[in-house]
Amino acid sequence: MPSGFGLLSTIAMQFALLSLFAIGGATTAVPEIHRQAVELHHWMTDRQFSELFAISQAAPGPNVVIVTLIGLQAGGILGGLVATLAMCVPSCALAYAAFRVFDRFKGERWQIAVHAGLLPVTVGLVGASALVVARAADHDWTMLAITLATAALAYWTKVTPLIALALAAALGFAGLV
Amino acid sequence: MFEKAVGSAPPTLADLFLGFARISISGFGGVLAWSRRLLVDEKRWMSASEFNELYALCQFLPGPNVVNLSVMFGARLYGLRGAVVAFLGLLSPAVALMLAIGTLYTRYGELPRLRGILAGLAAAAAGLIIATAARIAEPLLRRRPKPAHVIAALSFIAIGVMHYPLPWVLALLVPLSIAVAWAESS
Repeated sequence: MPSGFGLLSTIAMQFALLSLFAIGGATTAVPEIHRQAVELHHWMTDRQFSELFAISQAAPGPNVVIVTLIGLQAGGILGGLVATLAMCVPSCALAYAAFRVFDRFKGERWQIAVHAGLLPVTVGLVGASALVVARAADHDWTMLAITLATAALAYWTKVTPLIALALAAALGFAGLV
Repeated sequence: MFEKAVGSAPPTLADLFLGFARISISGFGGVLAWSRRLLVDEKRWMSASEFNELYALCQFLPGPNVVNLSVMFGARLYGLRGAVVAFLGLLSPAVALMLAIGTLYTRYGELPRLRGILAGLAAAAAGLIIATAARIAEPLLRRRPKPAHVIAALSFIAIGVMHYPLPWVLALLVPLSIAVAWAESS
């Protein structure tokens, strides 16, 4: 594993590229982040990845902070900052540019087609995120049950997901997980 | 695009920073709802329809949606300066918190007392993302079988099961999917 400047520039390049491919937000990028951080660069284990993802979900703030945690685990505080900036700056620059031109094309046929065309790809990607994270997190039937119960609670009720996270943490603390 | 102010005086740069910083620290369970509450309901910096329009544009662009929203909202008021200030307001509190918690995790994450808690949290967080996936898949699945379903399945398998690199998968599927949507729109 490279260290120092080499590591930081790897982190910067990975996330800057990912920034432009994360259609529909940070959640669709989760499988690619997992592929890079666990499979390719071995910055962390599957278990650590799933735990960092959980921390990012439990914390306030935009969900892009998963990238901060991954960068931190890979390359310390500086790694966390570099990863966050790399993930945000390219897409923000695009947003800044787009905000000036977009209005002119509103409602045109190609724009509607782009929007409609991105949706099914995004749906598949978020599904893939769910699969990747669940496989990294769940190692036995109890954990799978917690995952499915949380999914059902979040999908069919309006209670805040923090309750599910707190219950699961309590089960874990009691030694049941 | 956003000429009309909605009521109250336009925010200063300091207001902008503090407003987005508040969104950042109160944004449990999704920052979007909190952004809407603060920008539209509380501060009246924009109308509900302006917000929807801006958010739709952000979803259209790559990258973290709410971060893009902060940049565009700041740019609309103060150009580049506003974009940078809103961006820093939204990110710095959340990132500082994550750096602190992440450092604690690196140091103490392997302690036996914490193992169970973290494992429980991880299992529940996986459930949350399954619910998100179900929610965004729903409008697509309601329609009768269509090429869009095949594309969603291909994207799921290529990334979730085969673990192919994202740029390659998108380079193939996005143009294909847009072409299908284009053909269907005629």
